[in-house]
Amino acid sequence: MLEIKDLHASVEEKDILKGINLNVSAGEVHAIMGPNGSGKSTLASVIAGKEEFDVDKGSIALEGEDLEDLAPEERAHKGIFLSFQYPVEIPGVSVTNFMKTAINESRKARGMEDMPANEMLKLIREKSEMLEIDRKFLSRSLNEGFSGGEKKRNEIFQMAMLEPKLAILDETDSGLDIDALRIVANGVNKLRSKDNAIVVITHYQRLLEYIVPDYVHVLYDGKIVKSGEKELALELEEKGYDWIKQEAVV
Amino acid sequence: MAYTEEELKKELETKEYEYGFYTDIESDTFPKGLSADIVRAISKKKNEPEWMTEWRLDAFRIWEDMKEPEWANVNYEKPDFQAISYYSAPKKADPNKSLDDVDPELLEMYKKLGISVDEQKRLQNVAVDIVVDSVSVATTFKKTLAEKGIIFMPISEAIQEHPELVKKYMGTVVPKTDNFYAALNSAVFTDGSFCYIPKGVKCPMELSTYFRINEGGTGQFERTLVIADESSYVSYLEGCTAPSRDENQLHAAVVELIALDDAEIKYSTVQNWFPGDKEGKGGVYNFVTKRGLCEKNSKISWTQVETGSAVTWKYPSCILKGDNAVGEFYSIAVTNNFQQADTGTKMVHLGKNTKSTIISKGISAGKSQNSYRGLVQVSSRAENARNFSQCDSLLMGNECGAHTFPYIEAKNKSAQIEHEATTSKIGEDQIFYCNQRGIDTEKAIALIVNGFSKEVLNKLPMEFAVEAQKLLEISLEGSVG
Repeated sequence: MLEIKDLHASVEEKDILKGINLNVSAGEVHAIMGPNGSGKSTLASVIAGKEEFDVDKGSIALEGEDLEDLAPEERAHKGIFLSFQYPVEIPGVSVTNFMKTAINESRKARGMEDMPANEMLKLIREKSEMLEIDRKFLSRSLNEGFSGGEKKRNEIFQMAMLEPKLAILDETDSGLDIDALRIVANGVNKLRSKDNAIVVITHYQRLLEYIVPDYVHVLYDGKIVKSGEKELALELEEKGYDWIKQEAVV
Repeated sequence: MAYTEEELKKELETKEYEYGFYTDIESDTFPKGLSADIVRAISKKKNEPEWMTEWRLDAFRIWEDMKEPEWANVNYEKPDFQAISYYSAPKKADPNKSLDDVDPELLEMYKKLGISVDEQKRLQNVAVDIVVDSVSVATTFKKTLAEKGIIFMPISEAIQEHPELVKKYMGTVVPKTDNFYAALNSAVFTDGSFCYIPKGVKCPMELSTYFRINEGGTGQFERTLVIADESSYVSYLEGCTAPSRDENQLHAAVVELIALDDAEIKYSTVQNWFPGDKEGKGGVYNFVTKRGLCEKNSKISWTQVETGSAVTWKYPSCILKGDNAVGEFYSIAVTNNFQQADTGTKMVHLGKNTKSTIISKGISAGKSQNSYRGLVQVSSRAENARNFSQCDSLLMGNECGAHTFPYIEAKNKSAQIEHEATTSKIGEDQIFYCNQRGIDTEKAIALIVNGFSKEVLNKLPMEFAVEAQKLLEISLEGSVG
């Protein structure tokens, strides 16, 4: 599904990613952990195609197709979804209208007609029920005045609506209380299937109790320094990131 | 540098004006220049009665002694009033003929403008009066309206057929002495629309006027007079376009609205005069005086979407004369490239319990300057007057400007006046967020701008709102490669 080879990326000539290798297959959930400033969010932005980052070396491929020349919206059309750590506000644009536009733009890119209104309504109803989202919420301006939990739940709602092949969840647990965390995690678990892949970026092990990963990678100073199965997350929780730092120095 | 700042700016600059065609119709145009003789000649051409000629000449004398105002936040080369032709008419137009007789080239032009002067309009329930250059070419649905006693016709015809109404009301809201451009308009106006809704009548359809400047080197000075008699209602739409030209064209209109006791007038404008090219060459100077008078329990709403003109100077206002009168002003003003707009409103509270609402949305891109100028005035006898004003500005890029000049004069202690203002910028983060959801930059800007303007767009009649939305997109987006 996702194949990253020796990826180097920088912003304003400052190197951030220094040779990332990562393979994620369909049906898998990978967690990327690491201390602050290790490059986790940069990795997410670079995969999504944010243009302020320069890819200096290496490649990213989705289902065998190199993404290098694709604009962010084209990557989205191919099935890449990023759940933002800090979702932006767009005043005056309702969640429903935003989703309608996003879905129809992707359909257009695939040579399809706009989704019929009744189908759209059905989809909205189904996905909002799944994520326990109040219908009133959908008519509010996108993220405007949303609490931290509402913003994150809204991100997962969008993921459910767009049904991506590869979803990257960037610090989806930050700012969530335990109830909100459970709802969001349940939503993500329902969206897991053998055809899609999920990359969970998180600082803490807490989220991984709910979204259980197949693999865990530790990112430190722009490189993946350790990979393992889900037990690695527990080990990290216990020993802290200093343990990794020391290993990395050695 | 990051994507949006540079790329976005480039895209914004490249969208060309869509209505910039010129239709080759034989015109009957006066020699350039302005004098008492020209004023007389215009009046004669229109076969006007003596009182009208005198009215014009009086206005001309007033104008001669006036100076062009300089207080607005705009810079432009002042027009040479002797280098303008004050009358231009498509030769084949004859207002007395039916649509079938209209020059096919004219009809073709309307088609390009997206106006269908045919059965489509019947379905959409819109009666249209079209003014090209200086004369009114066709008014549809006269008969349907006449059955209700509604008069909707070119003002030149109204002067002939309903002189008592024209005489009674014209110049009562915007007097000849009001300002430089109003005086000029009073002297040389050549056509425009006239509308009268009788007592207790609710106008069954939207009334609409389309203005277009076609001939080069001409000015357009139309005059609109709308009278809503007691307890009547009318919704009036106005649309404007002009071809692209290198020189600046002058448009100085006067619109007067009169809402008698318990009447309501909704006046909506979508203004899309040629804004000049991306170097700032050409474009229409739009110096317009629009004002409404509200008697007891009446209401006037102005809604405007301003995307065109090189320079705009326009303040649709309400004189809330009667007790409990309501005035509203909803505005979206878009400026791009080198456009300059100084626009806003005046709400003059004279009666008791009068209420006014002002919602102004300014969007600036390119190197443009966008100013809101508004006056809320409460007189000493206006007990319990209330006003709410909200002025929001949206900026794109780093070279444009947004300015707000609110003036408040309250002479009655019971007045409640609220003013809110915000300024925001379309951020790279907003664009990237949309991109990541599969929405390209062009569409993202449209989405953000429409969201920003929503409160005002919602006030427009349904079909006009769609048109206005499209116009916003055209004005702000580039052809993305």
